[in-house]
Amino acid sequence: MRGSEQPVISKETTKDLYRTMVRIRTCEESFVGPILAKEIRCPVHLCTGQEAVAAGVCSALETEDYIFGNHRSHGHYLAKGGGMRELVAEVYCRETGCSRGRGGSMHLIDTSVGMMGSVPIVAGTIALAMGAALSAKIRNNHRVAVSFFGDGATGEGVLCESLNFAALRKLPVIFVCENNLYSTHLPIDEIRVSQKIYELGIPFGELSHRLDGNDVLAAHRAARNAVDLCRRGKGPVFLECLTYRMHGHVGPDDNIQGAHTDIRPPKEIEKWRKKDPIKKLERHILKNRIASRKELAEIHAQAEKEVRDAHSFARNSSFPREEELSLHVYKN
Amino acid sequence: MSTKTRRLTYSLAINEAFHQMMSLDESVILIGQGVKSPWYVGNTAQGLIKKFGAERIIDTPVSENSMTGAAVGAALAGMRAVVVHPRMDFMLYAFDPIVNEAANWSYMSGGKASVPVVFWGVINRGGEQGAQHSQALHAMFSHAPGLKVVMPSTPYDAKGLMVAAIKDDNPVVFVDDRWLYDTEGVVPEELYSIAIGEGVIRKEGKDVTLIAASFMVGESLKAASELSKYDIDAEVLDLRTVKPLDVGMILKSVEKTGRAVVVDSGWKTCGLAAEVSAIIAENDIRILKSPIRRITLPDIPAPAGRSLESNYYIKHPGIVDAVVKLVGAQV
Repeated sequence: MRGSEQPVISKETTKDLYRTMVRIRTCEESFVGPILAKEIRCPVHLCTGQEAVAAGVCSALETEDYIFGNHRSHGHYLAKGGGMRELVAEVYCRETGCSRGRGGSMHLIDTSVGMMGSVPIVAGTIALAMGAALSAKIRNNHRVAVSFFGDGATGEGVLCESLNFAALRKLPVIFVCENNLYSTHLPIDEIRVSQKIYELGIPFGELSHRLDGNDVLAAHRAARNAVDLCRRGKGPVFLECLTYRMHGHVGPDDNIQGAHTDIRPPKEIEKWRKKDPIKKLERHILKNRIASRKELAEIHAQAEKEVRDAHSFARNSSFPREEELSLHVYKN
Repeated sequence: MSTKTRRLTYSLAINEAFHQMMSLDESVILIGQGVKSPWYVGNTAQGLIKKFGAERIIDTPVSENSMTGAAVGAALAGMRAVVVHPRMDFMLYAFDPIVNEAANWSYMSGGKASVPVVFWGVINRGGEQGAQHSQALHAMFSHAPGLKVVMPSTPYDAKGLMVAAIKDDNPVVFVDDRWLYDTEGVVPEELYSIAIGEGVIRKEGKDVTLIAASFMVGESLKAASELSKYDIDAEVLDLRTVKPLDVGMILKSVEKTGRAVVVDSGWKTCGLAAEVSAIIAENDIRILKSPIRRITLPDIPAPAGRSLESNYYIKHPGIVDAVVKLVGAQV
């Protein structure tokens, strides 16, 4: 990023980033079986492959800072501190879920940790995050808001409206575009002339930056710089994170050419598999002796245990009661 | 001047609601196009920037979707936001933050969060403004679960319902009408609110119930006065809130009179009048002495030219004619 120094990332933070990504990955992959068994029925958009963006950005935020997500937000929710039991229970649509089984996978919320909500209307929360930043500016409470959206959302006019107003009012908001190169089924060159999404912020005078979204350390550094700028009244910031989802748009299907969904070339998927964000950080950790193989294995084992517990919690939770259909339409 | 008799125009009653609520509660903000400009919002925002500053009174670019979304996001972060659409035609750009986001937020989060926002839309029509500068779109917003929709007809109600809308923890669509802005009436100086969901009987009568909201209440009252010349004693109900409707008040009145004429400034199909009629018909159609009659705009866009315009909007003689035909009274 222009004119900013490179923050040093401590060993503890590096291990935390690893732990966060492993928790997200383990949780995401645990849904595949129950989805195929039709035990989980609501639409689930897995973020396997994109964990570094959620982990890198959210680790630069304080609990009081705000994030808003989209249809693919399990990772954002977990990285911001949302409970895994409540996430898994919500995906199973149980009363104990974070949205009491009324939202499902696409409506995750935990306001106690600043996860303000996620919605599947593409670009639907961009202006909302900006509004939370407006609130922070009015109250001068130094909070920062982050909007996570995908490359598909760049087709919505509200993004440009929000980039303009946020810049006009110097709002403490970070626009984080996770460019995974596919807008559901359409590759990016079929939806945009310019593939440099980060350039969208430039005409509005925003600091705009593209980074390797599979490099969690790069994402963390960029987010720390962005947060720092926002807290000093120098927002907004636009971050384009180049990444790739290892599953298809929705569900466990891989969208590999030749399969019934027939979208993505196998070679492209293989290329990105080599850029796996968890493996990448693992190499860094081992090379720099930040943690031993044994410690990393322990992190995986703990994540698996936590995920098993969360599924068990969800399966043992009841569905919302039929007679409570009309609850929560309004707050009383 | 005694507070019991102090008179104020409709637009200044709204202005007073803002002054009082913003003094009382620091979290109240007003955002929208034209809040600096009387040309946009009349005198409803007068003195606000001077008193509360440009941080809380926010004039905006022409970006309805984003600005309305910003109000929703600010509300989720603890503000009480009022977002103004000086012509509600432009509110259609903001359907996503209003209907998809704000209206659904409480339900889809299992009640974990709600959106205390007022979406303030002004009906601004007449004067050959044509189809896109004329529309009364309250029925569209009434359709969505999770929203409340209010339509004050008097200065007293304009203040009381704006206060109630700001205090409500849910998203409220506040629809007013530029044709009412110069109407004067008694408005107490103290802060008060009117319960959302409660209508009021503006005139008691026994032969027919006229049911209306906003500007149509005045036209219905004029019609009722005219109808007395035909020996027709009309009762006039002011809905005040069009979502949720005061079903009890409507049914009680129609049970008494046996006749219902619903007068609405919106279009006919799937409109407010259709909803009120259905509620009456579903209750017990046998109490009706004659069919329910809807007096609404035709399913036609608003014309510009004065010859067509004068034939488009509802005025009290039209209501009188319809009621006379319905009741079958002799001149």
